[in-house]
Amino acid sequence: MDELIVVVASVLGATLRIAVPLVLCALAGVFSERAGVIDIGLEGKMLAAAFAAACLGAIGWPAMAALAGAVLVAMSLGLVHAWACITHRGDQIVSGVALNVIAAGLTAVLGLVWFSQGGRTPDVAAASRFTSMIAGAAAAVRSWPLVGPLLAEVLLDHNALVWLAFALVPASWWLLYRTRFGLRLRAVGENPAMVDAAGISVTRLRYGAVLLAGMLCGIAGSYLTLAQNASFSPGMTAGRGFMALAAMVFGQWHPLRAGVACLLFGFLDAVAIRLQGVPLPGIGSVPVELIQALPYALTVVLLAGFFGRAQAPRALGRAYVKER
Amino acid sequence: MRDVPAALPRWIDVALLPVLNVALALSAAGLVVWAIGQNPLAAVRLLVDGAFGSALAWSYTLYYTTNFILTGLAVAVAFHCGHFNIGAEGQATLGGLGVGLLMLTLDRWLPAALLLPLALLAGMAAGVAWAFVPAWLQAYRGSHIVITTIMFNFLASTLMVWLIVNVLKVPGNQAVESRAFAAGAALPNAKSMLSLIGVEWPDTPLNLAFALALLSCLAVWLLLWHSRLGHALRVVGQSSDAARYAGISPPRMTLVALSISGALAALVGANEIAGVHHKLLLDFVAGAGFTGIAVALMGRNHPFGIALAALLFGALAQGGSELVFEMPAFTRDMSVAVQGFVVLFCGALSQMLRAPVARAHARLSGRPRRRHG
Repeated sequence: MDELIVVVASVLGATLRIAVPLVLCALAGVFSERAGVIDIGLEGKMLAAAFAAACLGAIGWPAMAALAGAVLVAMSLGLVHAWACITHRGDQIVSGVALNVIAAGLTAVLGLVWFSQGGRTPDVAAASRFTSMIAGAAAAVRSWPLVGPLLAEVLLDHNALVWLAFALVPASWWLLYRTRFGLRLRAVGENPAMVDAAGISVTRLRYGAVLLAGMLCGIAGSYLTLAQNASFSPGMTAGRGFMALAAMVFGQWHPLRAGVACLLFGFLDAVAIRLQGVPLPGIGSVPVELIQALPYALTVVLLAGFFGRAQAPRALGRAYVKER
Repeated sequence: MRDVPAALPRWIDVALLPVLNVALALSAAGLVVWAIGQNPLAAVRLLVDGAFGSALAWSYTLYYTTNFILTGLAVAVAFHCGHFNIGAEGQATLGGLGVGLLMLTLDRWLPAALLLPLALLAGMAAGVAWAFVPAWLQAYRGSHIVITTIMFNFLASTLMVWLIVNVLKVPGNQAVESRAFAAGAALPNAKSMLSLIGVEWPDTPLNLAFALALLSCLAVWLLLWHSRLGHALRVVGQSSDAARYAGISPPRMTLVALSISGALAALVGANEIAGVHHKLLLDFVAGAGFTGIAVALMGRNHPFGIALAALLFGALAQGGSELVFEMPAFTRDMSVAVQGFVVLFCGALSQMLRAPVARAHARLSGRPRRRHG
């Protein structure tokens, strides 16, 4: 019994930790796409931010400063995206793909040149990292019977960014559905001409949304190298940005549902890690690849409308041309 | 945005703007080279020498070019039908899988003359199947093809890992790969083919697939601009409403375009598996599917332009890997970054220079243009 609880607790804890970058990127996607700008570039922005955070952390910047630097890097990539898609009405998907490729190439090149460790950065010292906020409390309750491991793993033993990511889910909902900014942002993704007619700048709103998305990707990237791992290695985001994109679609461009989808994906991943090489009674050994493939397969099935129809913002992907 | 004349002389749209955009992309890359403390001009000299300096260099360059032509065409055909196929990577993976599975099943029974065409067909069938599902979902269920093809890339690579690790791996062998195909079961390589006509050629991965890639260029050109089907396909890409009015079914054309796309990408798998490695292994596509996006954008989705752009990227890949020896700061990743800049400037920012160029043209041709608004 106790053993089972420890297993459950560790899987749930891992679920949350794995879900953090997904949640942040999915929220980024929600903001950008609700405003009508497709964001395939989540992966690239997160990767660039992870690299920036690791570099700054490795040269001894405190965690918060490294985070801020990484956020700036991700936001400047967002600015390029906005400039290409909004100002020059370029293809939003092509621009996002470009950012992904540029980030993948540049982080590897710069990492090699600056640190000559095959593209990796040196480890970030513990002082510059986000570590468990209330480690004492987690250690204290861990030995309690039954609820101890659950409390420690699922609730207490987390760093600040985990708390932040999950707090941002309801906060994003509130911002999108309960504020004037959110109303306008959603409107500009549905019917930009109407927003324009109301005398509000479509361009400015969309720039704002894309920069906000950049900020969130920046936090996600920082989490990867300042909290989850201690250093950067090339390509370390490993498709998480696309996974987040899938979660966002899965969550029908809604912050709360996207958050739940991220938790589901995180859970599947945590289970896959846990099940590696473990035979299940009656089924035998489940191929890890099968579980890893589930989020992608689920996304395809959902997109096809086989359970629940995802309705994208109506003006998504379309550049706005002001009437004259 | 200031007003830009809708129609510029054709040579500006077809030649000048693409060249300017490429120049911008390459200058951005040069800036990066300079920023990491290397001399961009020296790098270019070494790169060109590494890519074209000898028969050996040429041979490797053309081998890389083969893949880029094929994925570039794959992206372009879908583009002409109005779809963005990010799935060439997965389709090429499946293409290789189809080739490999057929080889592994039949290589001991059939002569090469029968086996190779069959393997090519199996590969193309697998590539088509992998493109067909996202296409069908887009056409009839309204899924977004970009997201489904991305998902299918991940599914393809997971499928490969599972198959090779659990089914095809030789027991007791540390390497994650299948057994080698029988001796004759390979696309003939350039060295053996050219020796038949008395030309001495270095032993490189370049093989018959290069000829297939060139033929594909011709075939795509004939299809798109000289066939009824190709015309229908482009009409759908330009306006699906107009197409429907003309009695063309956009969903059906989507299936056709993506199937062709998948078949072309699958030939990358044939090049790598049947032409080079002669066994199934992981990651043999090595990003060629994504490079295809840059190649298609740079080549303006025209087979001729794609062949040129593919040659440029082939040279970057080959010259870049030579550069690693001379300039330690260089890795393959530098050419990835260059690809990114090309996609950005030739794709997303392709219209950026149109207004200034139009103004310059108007001034130079001495006819002040009417200004609106």
